[in-house]
Amino acid sequence: MDDVFDITLTVNGRRVSRRVPVRQHLTDFLREELGLTSCHVGCEHGVCGACTVRVDGAATRGCLTLAVQADGAVVETLEGLSESGEIVDLQAAFVDRNALQCGYCTPGMLITAAEMLDAKQPMSRADIRTFLSGNYCRCTGYQAIVDAVETTLTARLAEQEPSA
Amino acid sequence: MKFPAFKYLRPSSVAEAAAQLAEHGDDARLLAGGQTLMPVLAMRLAEPEVLIDLGRIENLRGIALEDDALRLGAMTRYVDLERSALVAEHAPLITRALPYVAHVAIRNRGTIGGSVALADPAAEMPACMLALGAEIELTSTEGNRWIAAEDYFLGLYETAREDTEILTAIRIPLAPERRVGFYEVARRHGDYALAGAAAVGDVEDGRIQGLRVAMFGCDDLPVLAKTAAKAAETGVLDGAWLEADVSPTSNINGEAHIRLAQARVAFRRAVTDLLGVSNG
Amino acid sequence: MSIAATNAPIGQSERRTKAKRLVTGRGRYTDDVTARRVLHAAFLTNPFAHARILSIETEEAAGLPGVERVFTGPDIADACNGWTGNHDLFPKLDSPQQYPLAVDVARWQGEGVAMVVAETRAIAEDAAALIDVTWEELPAVADPVANLEPGATVLHPGKSDNLALELRLGTDAVDAAFERSTLVLEESFRFGRHTGVPLETRAILAEFDPSEQRLVIHQSHQAPHQQQELFARLLDLDEQNVRIVCPDVGGAFGIKLQFSGDEAAVAVAARILGRPVKFVADRLESFTSDIHARDHQVSARMGFAVDGKITALEVDDIYAIGPYSIYPRASIMEGNHVMQLTAASYTVPAFRGRSRIVYQNKGLMGHYRAVGQPLGCAIGEVLLDRAARKLGVDPVEIRRQNYADLSAGPVTSSAGVALEGLVLHECLDTLVERMDLPELRAEQTRLRSQGRYRGIGIAGFIEQTGPGPNYYGKGGIPVSAQDGCVVRLEPSGKARVFSGATDQGQGADTAAAQVVAAALGIQADDVRVTLGDSEVCPYGGGAFASRGTSIGVEVAWRAGRRLRSQILELAGALLQCDAEALDLRDGQVIELATSQARFSLEDVARIGHFRPYELPEGFQPMMSAVEHYVPRDKPTVVGNGIQGSYLEVDVETGIVSLLNHWVVPDCGFVINPLLLDEQIRGGVVQGIGGALFEELVYDDQGQLLTATMADYLTPMAAEIPDIDVTRIEKPMGDKTLGAKGVGEAGTAGAVGAVLCAINDALVPLGAGIAQTPCTPARILTAIEQARNE
Repeated sequence: MDDVFDITLTVNGRRVSRRVPVRQHLTDFLREELGLTSCHVGCEHGVCGACTVRVDGAATRGCLTLAVQADGAVVETLEGLSESGEIVDLQAAFVDRNALQCGYCTPGMLITAAEMLDAKQPMSRADIRTFLSGNYCRCTGYQAIVDAVETTLTARLAEQEPSA
Repeated sequence: MKFPAFKYLRPSSVAEAAAQLAEHGDDARLLAGGQTLMPVLAMRLAEPEVLIDLGRIENLRGIALEDDALRLGAMTRYVDLERSALVAEHAPLITRALPYVAHVAIRNRGTIGGSVALADPAAEMPACMLALGAEIELTSTEGNRWIAAEDYFLGLYETAREDTEILTAIRIPLAPERRVGFYEVARRHGDYALAGAAAVGDVEDGRIQGLRVAMFGCDDLPVLAKTAAKAAETGVLDGAWLEADVSPTSNINGEAHIRLAQARVAFRRAVTDLLGVSNG
Repeated sequence: MSIAATNAPIGQSERRTKAKRLVTGRGRYTDDVTARRVLHAAFLTNPFAHARILSIETEEAAGLPGVERVFTGPDIADACNGWTGNHDLFPKLDSPQQYPLAVDVARWQGEGVAMVVAETRAIAEDAAALIDVTWEELPAVADPVANLEPGATVLHPGKSDNLALELRLGTDAVDAAFERSTLVLEESFRFGRHTGVPLETRAILAEFDPSEQRLVIHQSHQAPHQQQELFARLLDLDEQNVRIVCPDVGGAFGIKLQFSGDEAAVAVAARILGRPVKFVADRLESFTSDIHARDHQVSARMGFAVDGKITALEVDDIYAIGPYSIYPRASIMEGNHVMQLTAASYTVPAFRGRSRIVYQNKGLMGHYRAVGQPLGCAIGEVLLDRAARKLGVDPVEIRRQNYADLSAGPVTSSAGVALEGLVLHECLDTLVERMDLPELRAEQTRLRSQGRYRGIGIAGFIEQTGPGPNYYGKGGIPVSAQDGCVVRLEPSGKARVFSGATDQGQGADTAAAQVVAAALGIQADDVRVTLGDSEVCPYGGGAFASRGTSIGVEVAWRAGRRLRSQILELAGALLQCDAEALDLRDGQVIELATSQARFSLEDVARIGHFRPYELPEGFQPMMSAVEHYVPRDKPTVVGNGIQGSYLEVDVETGIVSLLNHWVVPDCGFVINPLLLDEQIRGGVVQGIGGALFEELVYDDQGQLLTATMADYLTPMAAEIPDIDVTRIEKPMGDKTLGAKGVGEAGTAGAVGAVLCAINDALVPLGAGIAQTPCTPARILTAIEQARNE
């Protein structure tokens, strides 16, 4: 029988307690236990980035993290980020620029990009590409994604400049 | 590709972890950042009975300046090293190499101790430890011991760490005047290197002294290119003597002589990087 | 029926409604669909390339708590008809019978041998590992060239050799033409085996209701009606009782177009167990059992006159397809495309082509994006560049002077491609201008003097897309070339569309909404589109061969126009005037003579639905319209385009850095520029993947060495440059909207452009490369060989 473990964590701002099989990864926990299906399974070996979620503020591969390791952690998925409105500008830029086709990479891509935007540092297109290089997109060819992220970054940096 | 069943232990101290490891021996695997271990489990290339999660042991994480060394807790994450002013000042080779380690989300979870414990021959951090002359702390119920990186890496994924030992810390000797250089040949950003070189050394009047160049991705283990480094100190920068140090074999990435050629380029470019000359 | 580009929202960059949903995490892919009491399947697969199953012991696996049932190959075969990947137009192809799981002999590494159905996927995997198979390993038939040698081990019992089919085109007149040529170039090309790697793997949820003998399947697939037919046929069910729903699909590219044994086994299990069964391929299963593509070895010869005019071409292809021809579409087209599309846009006076399709113990070959087109393009363009260099002709000029002369109307290439309505010169001229070629050449020369090796590549391509019924219909293959579309006017005056086309992110839904909105004089947002459900959508072919715009959008336009006529009839009846005197604009019924709005569309709709008594006696309001469309006048839509690549080769490490990439596609009539451009870019990057990174490497024992995403390298953001797309818009004909599909255009030309650019960069070293992917080791080896020569 599977070894189980009781965990309590905060997911998208809500406290959640569950008894989980210790071998369950965070992605399956979010999907199967909590119905948070924005966290996608792409490769289950840490390469594709489709399962990227935020754990304690940091972009994390859900498939390389056991649910038990998230005991006590603050976990955020794209559902949570959408609810809070934190990346509403980035999401709008993705739609506007058609920075997604099938959309399967999009949740992980947005969460990774959100981490970059949070740093509030000017980034070149090459920097953006490098930052996103752990997230596989098969449809877009990446350019529209880079455009959308760049547009959002530029707008945010302009916003934080003190008005003269 | 679901993980095989295992028993999960979550010690809160090194002593507790060491006791658990002593009990389970090679039936147990230590879980550090998990960024390499978890794929291995997912593919069921290993099916340990017990997983000992080091993630809750507070004092395994952290960067501290000691009298003669920079001390890195084994569970210190790449992201913490990347952002650390102490690391940038006292072990700039690590700061220089970290952007080449996988990708953001992996660096957010992956740990220095996990990487050095695993000793992937194509990984950046083990080679940096070798170049920096780091010392590695291994702890068991019997106590702890320090071992030089040069004595630690033994073969393909083989190290001096016993099954009952936990890699708990790394110490990097302080060497204020030392320069660093780094280069890797990789097909994509963040991939394991086809060939790479991490270099440290002193430069006086344009001459290199005390050069240590650790090669990675070109042998079964990270290797100090002693012969080639010696030659470089006499002005032969092109890695001509590298075959005395590393023996790449033919593999999916190319025939041995091609891989050796790439290693030579990595060597030369890391050394020229150290000298502050533009690569080419 | 050709319409002006001002017929908004046609021609506008409408944003995709679906995108708004997907960016908030509200996608619903197959694995997101749940069912009560669902069970999960995992497979025990063949660890060898070729092995006989002497016995299978399943008792221990079946006894594991949580396991519902273990099925072996014979268990499943008892409840599922077998199939063959044959094609009636090629009667010599006699691919052996297959069943969902291997029955006695397993013929590729990764072929399903037994299936465990359990409470969780993890338990199913645990149990699969407990199945004990006694194997007799058989000799692996791995190397396609060696497989053709006399005395080679024959893969299929009863056959005399491993040749599945030989295709031939052209004539022996080519021999004399070569003899007369000033220059004859010969090269042996190798194109690595690769695959589509959609980020969402193949996935299926099967539910069976024994009381109604009804099978409902949610599947990540491109062609739900094809699947409906095949599941009904193989499981002996009535077709009207089989429903295939394709929810959001996380990428497909041809990988989700065929019929797969593991998916059949899942449906059989659902039927036998009376419980829903789900299977989501993991990434390892995907690499070994998704369809593969390419894997061609092509000897090509091209003859030239002194002025650079092509005199003759011979293409001799060996196409390694795995142990069977794929079901249902057959593994033929790629070989055909390699022959037909090499130098297809040029006048080739004499041609001979052969493609030998060979069985081997590797994964099966299907129809991955651009099916052979990138190979044909690359072969022709690389040889043309070499000729230009040897003859001292400018690479742009040699193309220009060889282009097929279409000034007097359509011509048929010597390989049999009908060239019509192509814009060859305009694409080339535009590309040269966009690239600023003289400046690039100057920069290249400047940097060469500094020891840096930059290369410029140009590759024109011909595509055959939007196929009519000839190929599959005459082949006896149940693939629909037509699409049906229903447009329904809602009481609100807004519309719903149900279509046989499908969408995997290309924007087939948005494009359909745009043309229907234009037809009805409403906004694209006023149109809701439902696709991908074999039960509620009109029958259609789904998505393949870039048919979404030329067929799927065309039929939506026609259905929209038909509904428009019906609405105007209704309004005319209300107004007691001729429908011809009315128009639909901005949600209003307009009187043409006065430009006055007489009713809102909503008013008309509500009368039609709820108050038909206001209409003249006997008038039946028609509130929905249906149309079907199949291209009848030509076998495919032939399109063209050209690409440019600028890159730098690090001649010491073999690493290639892409600097720029340009595409000039002929798009016909453009429905949505935004979606079009991004389709092109995505396609280019898949081509770049094939040119530089992606390869399914097997060892000589038929073991796949690159079965993880850490080993099979796909292009990531950091490796890819920005891609400049300049559309050439030339609507074709006047019987249709005139849109051409561009789904494959990016992929078709990118391999050739990159390969030409790498070769250009290596010219000063006297080196050349004719193998993809161009790995660092292969580039260094090419340089080394040149040095030793």
